[in-house]
Amino acid sequence: MPKRTDIKSVLIIGAGPIIIGQACEFDYSGAQACKALKAEGFRVILVNSNPATIMTDPLLADATYIEPIHWKSIEQIIAKELPDALLPTMGGQTGLNTALTLAKEGVLKKYNVELIGASREAIDKAEDRELFDKTMKGIGIETPRSGIAHSMEEALIVQEDLGFPCIIRPSFTLGGSGGGVAYNIQEFKEICEKGLDLSPTTELLIDESLLGWKEYELEVVRDKNDNCIIICSIENLDPMGVHTGDSITVAPAQTLTDKEYQVLRDQSFKILREIGVETGGSNVQFGINPENGRVVVIEMNPRVSRSSALASKATGFPIAKVAALLSVGFTLDELQNDITNGLTPASFEPSIDYIVTKIPKFAFEKFPQANDRLTTQMKSVGEVMGIGRTFQESLQKALQSLEEDLHGFENIIDNSSDQNETLRYQLTFAGSKRILYVAEAIRLGWDAEKINQLTGIDFWFLHQIIDLIDEENILQDTKLNEIDFDKMLNLKKKGFADRRIADLISSSTKEVRDFRKKLGVTPSFKRVDTCAAEFATETAYMYSAYEGECESRPTNNKKVIVLGSGPNRIGQGIEFDYCCVHASFALQEEGYESIMINCNPETVSTDYDTSNRLYFEPITEEKVLDIIDLEKPEGVIIQFGGQTPLKLSEVLLSNNVKILGTDVDAIDRSEDRKRFQSLAHQLNLRQPPNSTVKNLKEALKVSEEIGFPIVVRPSYVLGGRAMELVHTQVELEKYLKEAVEVSDKKPILLDGYLTDAIEVDVDVISDGKDIEIGGILQHIEQAGIHSGDSACSLPPYSLSEIVIKEIEKQAKKIAAELNVIGLMNIQFAVQDNNVFIIEVNPRASRTVPFISKCLGESLVKSATKIMVGKTLKGISFSNLLPKNYFFVKEAVLPFDKFPAVDPILGPEMKSTGEVMGIGSSFGEAYAKAQRAANKIFPDSGLAFVSVKESDKKYLPNLVPLLLEQGFSLIATRGTANAIKELGHDAQIINKVTEGRPHIVDELLNNRVNILINTTEGRQSIEDSASIRRTALQNKLFCVTTIFGAFAILEAMSTSSDDWIYNSLQEIN
Amino acid sequence: MSFPAVLILEDGSLIEGTGFGAKEISVGEIVFNTSISGYQEIITDPSYAKQIIAFTHPHIGNTGINDEDNESDSIFASGIVIKDLPNHYSNWRATQSLESFLKSKKTIGISNINTRALTAKLRDHGSLKACISPGDKSSLSTAQKALNDFSGLEGLDLAKKVSTKNSFSWEEGTWPNYQEVKDDKLIVAIDFGVKKNILRLLRKYVGKVQVVNAQISFEELMKHKPDGVFLSNGPGDPEPCDYAIRLIQQLLDINMPIFGICLGHQLLALSGGCKTYKMKFGHHGANHPVQDLHSKIVYITSQNHGFAVDLSSLPTNIEPSHISLFDESLQGIIFKDKPAFSFQGHPEASPGPHELEELFIKFNSMIDYHAKKN
Repeated sequence: MPKRTDIKSVLIIGAGPIIIGQACEFDYSGAQACKALKAEGFRVILVNSNPATIMTDPLLADATYIEPIHWKSIEQIIAKELPDALLPTMGGQTGLNTALTLAKEGVLKKYNVELIGASREAIDKAEDRELFDKTMKGIGIETPRSGIAHSMEEALIVQEDLGFPCIIRPSFTLGGSGGGVAYNIQEFKEICEKGLDLSPTTELLIDESLLGWKEYELEVVRDKNDNCIIICSIENLDPMGVHTGDSITVAPAQTLTDKEYQVLRDQSFKILREIGVETGGSNVQFGINPENGRVVVIEMNPRVSRSSALASKATGFPIAKVAALLSVGFTLDELQNDITNGLTPASFEPSIDYIVTKIPKFAFEKFPQANDRLTTQMKSVGEVMGIGRTFQESLQKALQSLEEDLHGFENIIDNSSDQNETLRYQLTFAGSKRILYVAEAIRLGWDAEKINQLTGIDFWFLHQIIDLIDEENILQDTKLNEIDFDKMLNLKKKGFADRRIADLISSSTKEVRDFRKKLGVTPSFKRVDTCAAEFATETAYMYSAYEGECESRPTNNKKVIVLGSGPNRIGQGIEFDYCCVHASFALQEEGYESIMINCNPETVSTDYDTSNRLYFEPITEEKVLDIIDLEKPEGVIIQFGGQTPLKLSEVLLSNNVKILGTDVDAIDRSEDRKRFQSLAHQLNLRQPPNSTVKNLKEALKVSEEIGFPIVVRPSYVLGGRAMELVHTQVELEKYLKEAVEVSDKKPILLDGYLTDAIEVDVDVISDGKDIEIGGILQHIEQAGIHSGDSACSLPPYSLSEIVIKEIEKQAKKIAAELNVIGLMNIQFAVQDNNVFIIEVNPRASRTVPFISKCLGESLVKSATKIMVGKTLKGISFSNLLPKNYFFVKEAVLPFDKFPAVDPILGPEMKSTGEVMGIGSSFGEAYAKAQRAANKIFPDSGLAFVSVKESDKKYLPNLVPLLLEQGFSLIATRGTANAIKELGHDAQIINKVTEGRPHIVDELLNNRVNILINTTEGRQSIEDSASIRRTALQNKLFCVTTIFGAFAILEAMSTSSDDWIYNSLQEIN
Repeated sequence: MSFPAVLILEDGSLIEGTGFGAKEISVGEIVFNTSISGYQEIITDPSYAKQIIAFTHPHIGNTGINDEDNESDSIFASGIVIKDLPNHYSNWRATQSLESFLKSKKTIGISNINTRALTAKLRDHGSLKACISPGDKSSLSTAQKALNDFSGLEGLDLAKKVSTKNSFSWEEGTWPNYQEVKDDKLIVAIDFGVKKNILRLLRKYVGKVQVVNAQISFEELMKHKPDGVFLSNGPGDPEPCDYAIRLIQQLLDINMPIFGICLGHQLLALSGGCKTYKMKFGHHGANHPVQDLHSKIVYITSQNHGFAVDLSSLPTNIEPSHISLFDESLQGIIFKDKPAFSFQGHPEASPGPHELEELFIKFNSMIDYHAKKN
């Protein structure tokens, strides 16, 4: 039975901003769903608050709403669009929860919208732990022994029955947020308290401990005729106890016999049927006791998930696309397997003849106070996947893909005396680098038995790693010229990078590479074909291996390689994948064959039909050059993938590879401080006083010339890594001694801090002759807060015409001088109408997708076309913003995942994602952006105000606004006195250091509705951290900058009843 | 203990690899199998007699060999070809390594072979005769001769070679506890190379099972007073098995309820007047979609056959019941005028999906229905 004809329009809810637990995999799934449904003639209505996504490109849906994913906003959109159906399974937990709320609030019934893909009952049965447990028992499937608790008293009763350790998981939270393992009663109470609070249903599931059990996932697809298939089995290398999102995982499962695997398969189908997932994809997780094979089901997700994205990339089977089509009535046998050119139907199970390994990427360096041990709550921010013909090859490729200066199993432990102690700790309590510690333990002669005991990692995997370390040990005593063809081939088959070989034999990457090529050991590329070569494929989705025939078959077309952005991390995320995908689209529009290289399985760029050809490979010197050797492209684009491809620019140049667009030297001119200074000087532009120092003495001397406060940071970093604002010489000294390494090779940059300056982001596009401004973004938070963490507004909401003209003039001057071909981003600071230049990046920035959404025109596409020879005039570039709209971008921060971290904004970027608010005024746009970021602000009540000395001058403006809005005030002594001097009333409350009752007590007593808390200086920040932490835990709206306070007051002055909801198609 | 070994194909290719298991020259028709799991069941499946199995999954041997998963007491395949034999096996049920098992069953394996390239070759050229030989390229004359002497599977009756000599009754039900069995009927299972899991499922869903030799006479068979007859899977070409075809015709004549799997399916079809043919490279894997033509439901099935029944040869009294969605070849038949049906794939799985276990239940119902009717 083909597609349903009673449905004409479908509403799809996206996943919103990138957060820990929900990353670009839902852009991938949502984009697939939009494309598939639109191609079938449905009117697709999309809601997603995240402007950096491909799915929100106006071409992908018929009506694209970049609006808050909040049931009240979506109700407005439903009322306007009147969709026939709602597909809730493409937008992760957010999409599912929001759909459930819409159902519960009666919206779906009111507007007669049918839930497709998953019914309300199915979602409830799968997501409500108690119901799930009961449902499983009903069909004879074992779940972990467990109990449900809705209060601490109930929790303690359950615990008594289960003993320690036990696992606590709150219902309906993201990425297992708020859960944990308790080994003692104190931990137990702490976790339960937090969990009860975080769970929207105040519900905890407390499980028997399955620590050390083997963990598996099956990706299941079912259609309305009850055809069920497994797309992929995934085995977690890290056993139970580590969230699957934080585990190294391997597909297909490697350590199960068929009998055991089929038990999981049968149970998966049984579960899907019983839960009632009638159409679409689901993910079922199992634990298996390695001693006796006892199987328990852990959970199931009645939706497309991170694992389905991984499974799709691992097999070539497009789960999201198929799931979307099944939801509108198709059956599996009616759909074709694209990869085999439609020769076979989608109703089969992929068989793969390679191994994929996923390794998560973490950002603990950004959150030094956070607990960096891996638990049942997900903490990773991104992931990479390595494909190899063997597990060893795929594992080593995945390590190389992480961009953590790993080329294999690098040494990680120093020769200190407590090596054994360190190892025991690192193996027992998994951290982000446990796999490297496993290798170190092997080097130190620990046997597999012992490592297995501590880690629970299966012997099969351990022995594979032991073999690699054996190989390394032999290699260490080898000279390059002693390696013959067979030896080299064997090493490459095991996934050893040239660089790792070079390190082990004290040679250089280039030497090893040249020698290897001379031996004739070069990679051959294999295709991901879903069928283990049983059928031929034309789909050019490839990975490298060292074995026999190369299946790549490069064409003679004119072609360009786009280098992707690798794993998501803080500072480099989905924005850059958006850019790479658009570059690929533009190349195709210009008649080029586009070739993508990337290693991030969550992305749209690694979809097999985004580019003409896809190489799923680490973005390293070796792999990229190998592909260039084979493909011989006209050029390579490195402007769009963030720092990842830029790091390869020198290598590419020295290998005579043509880099399209702006000359690489321009990057150096803008990143090298000295050269940048002379550039600014030459163009007569003002910089804040600044200097580069190579040691402490120099730093102290220079700091006197610059004057405090000073922004300090290492050179060549992205996302403001280790950037700090220091106010005194003591703080500067502390920074240089404790926070960073400073040396001749690693200089430190000192910039005079422009107090109370407004920061401005400008994106420029140039064809070398004409230069146009893409957009000017005014930051809400003042200079000093990392631009990635600032909210910003397009158009600027308070800059004068003269300042804007001056900014444009300066931006164009720089673009002309650097001879930019393509995109460039500049950061300015405006202090008392003086324009200072802060930073120049001659490449795509993270604001590019946002601006493109505002303009209704892709800056990247334009830039790409320019890079292959078009002119701005030739492509009729326009930078006209739609009239009467404000667009606000707000950053989304992961503080709720790291409770020990001070949730204060600073010069180091910490946000994981962004949202956009669109309004007819700045206030409305800002208000919607806050709702989209899930920051719910009050409109009256008690406001706590405590501002730093330098902000007190703003009180005369701020206080009346607060009072007018209907707030009464409570303040710390200094601020309260200042308020009283203004003739207003403020209740005085102690600082935490001043005795009790203090402000934290008031917060805990739920008396305060909003906090305006600005502070500076290490000591003051430390002293007041508990205020902000408490506010975060109690979900209180907390503003940590004075400009942010003004912005939120402007937001409060709008009424959500009056907010406008216009699609991008209507706006542009 | 590994040793140098060579894989020789009839097209002249010589591929060097690493031998393991028994150090003996071995010839057969080489086929690829795309099943990711279940190598133990596959290599102990008697249907692979005179075949060399090339596994597409790169690591074979990960979970070793256990005492529970053999599909027969021996290895009938001529040898196995794999990419990687892991240095260590790991599973709570494992009792020995794949290597030692092969050695004990006097079978040779060869690893470090690019099985992907091999698969592509077989896909494009069709199945080939092949030989695995210990030694290197310099010592191939014996192996080459053995290969030349091998006539291939066409026209080869292997069923009678692998069939049980003595009749025996089968007792156990299915893994893991083997306890659940039915006793109210008696099925005679004709062994053309039967897999244990078929017998287990017959026991679980139908009744007592008596396994008999492939060349049993009609009279001999009827002495068991069967309620139904099962025609097992097995190796080789169905056409030369004229003794079986005659027997089945006799059974059809007396309206004996019959269920056939794989070779049993082909033999039933031949008995009904259909024709069989040798396929290009056959079906060997656990991911094959097969559609029930009546319900339109698609089943993922386990497959292992190099011969097939020609869809266009079906007489009017035989209906196609299932087809393959990979190549639209015939996968099942049902007699309109007799209580007989058969299936080309492997509903007993082992390895592979369990969905089609329902065919055993169908066999049971068919016997019941037939009994009531008479």
